[in-house]
Amino acid sequence: MTTHDKWIALKTIAIKEILRFSRIWVQTILPPVMTTALYFIIFGNLIGPRIGEMEGFGYMEFIIPGLIMMAVITNSYSNVVSSFYGSKFQRHIEEMLISPIPNYIILIGFLTGGVARGLMVGIAVTVVSLLFNPLNVHSIPVMFSMIILTAILFSLAGLINGVYANSFDDISIVPTFVLTPLTYLGGIFYSISMLPDFWQSASLLNPILYMVNAFRYGFLGISDISLLISYGISIGFIVVLYVFCLYLLRKGHGIRT
Amino acid sequence: MTNALTIKDLRKTYKGGHEALKGISLEVKPGDFFGLLGPNGAGKTTMIGIITSLVNKTSGSVSIYGHDLDTEPSAAKSFLGLVPQEFNFNMFDPVIEVVANQAGYYGIERKLAFERAEEYLKRLDLWDKRRVMARTISGGMKRRLMIARALVHRPRLLILDEPTAGVDIEIRRSMWQYLREINAAGTTIILTTHYLEEAESLCRNIAILDKGELIKNTSTRELLNTLHMETFILDIESPLTRLPATGDLKMTLVDERTIEAEICRGDSINELFSELSNAGVKILSMRNKTNRLEELFMNLVESSNDSGIRS
Repeated sequence: MTTHDKWIALKTIAIKEILRFSRIWVQTILPPVMTTALYFIIFGNLIGPRIGEMEGFGYMEFIIPGLIMMAVITNSYSNVVSSFYGSKFQRHIEEMLISPIPNYIILIGFLTGGVARGLMVGIAVTVVSLLFNPLNVHSIPVMFSMIILTAILFSLAGLINGVYANSFDDISIVPTFVLTPLTYLGGIFYSISMLPDFWQSASLLNPILYMVNAFRYGFLGISDISLLISYGISIGFIVVLYVFCLYLLRKGHGIRT
Repeated sequence: MTNALTIKDLRKTYKGGHEALKGISLEVKPGDFFGLLGPNGAGKTTMIGIITSLVNKTSGSVSIYGHDLDTEPSAAKSFLGLVPQEFNFNMFDPVIEVVANQAGYYGIERKLAFERAEEYLKRLDLWDKRRVMARTISGGMKRRLMIARALVHRPRLLILDEPTAGVDIEIRRSMWQYLREINAAGTTIILTTHYLEEAESLCRNIAILDKGELIKNTSTRELLNTLHMETFILDIESPLTRLPATGDLKMTLVDERTIEAEICRGDSINELFSELSNAGVKILSMRNKTNRLEELFMNLVESSNDSGIRS
């Protein structure tokens, strides 16, 4: 397979993945936008003014980056896990497995779908946030790079979940019992400087904290964590998960007999 | 000339110890229409799974048009098209996308992929359904959709795993005709089927697997001469309550005026007539059991098609 053939194969998978979630936008794009709008109304508009300032910013301004990031994390993850598990369940993953496409192209194709949905939802949530608060922009490169890295990371995590899942229950266990708690405890609604020392240290074990803080830096120019460490941890996780995903595809775990 | 498929000492042992393939060696020549037969559990689907990279082998080697599946997987796979036993396309995709996406996986540009999809969907009489979700089309259409998908990248080796299972006779016959055309155009075809008539009608060479072992690998003609039994139905004049003694002939009394007799293809039926005649049984008529109903059904369908009864 030539490089050109691989590029076409990648485009095909990417288009297929993007069309998949776009066709069912009422299930994939609209719900996270609605949910986040409710967060803006309740935490931002109704409760926020009573909370007062956070790190020198209004509460609404403080939580907007975290809420965008939360939408990106959950949607990039759930897109890949449901798409990959669906392709296993209906067995149309076999279409790719019998073809000459290398595993890394299959992997990048699924990631493209996850990142596209994550970004699409992220943009939609950002637009909705404008109804409640003007957008603060401190560093566009940090904003974009961190949101893309986060979408890639959680797309990879979603694929691993999809590979190991044997039922539809298995694709909801990790998002419900791992991803959601880590996201809520990842500094979306508060600065970790407010926490007692022990919980500050415990929070540092949560990788989502680093992404939320770096992303918030892109908006507000503030972060509980060094930007360099945030990038290092994000890229490090991506490399490890990417290699692990390739290993799973090569071994055919859950997809080959 | 390089073989379309060469399999050497192929073995597969599943977790738990079940030995699905016990050292199969097989060659398929280019341009052949090759039948792979065997009872359920013989190892046919496992073997096809290994050839198509869907099943990991335990040992042995597979090469497709001279390209080893282990060392040159990309080249080997590019020659291959598969129509699997079970539906394995995205049921929620439009029909045309199922076909066009498959072309994309082989590096065919999207515009050309859709042109090819149009060509094959029209040829397989699915063009009218191109925009509907694949899950909404009938079982026979789904089978044809999988054939269109397998052909869209124009493979040199096409493997069909029971492609006509559950398909009505009219569609089955039209699929046979199409497969003959594809084969005549140069595509090597490997077919597994439970319909012996299908193998007889299509395949030039046949291999039979049983319990993971290759028990026969020969030309269809030779196989039919040795293995194939034909059943004849004899209408007799006088009613019988039991069959007369007729040596080695295998006969069954269906009712008091009908006898079924099984005879090896190629054997003379003179002996049957002679034995029955000696026993005082007068035969009024004789017909071949196997194809009679099928032919009758086809005639009915074709005549109703001609008169526009069947839509």
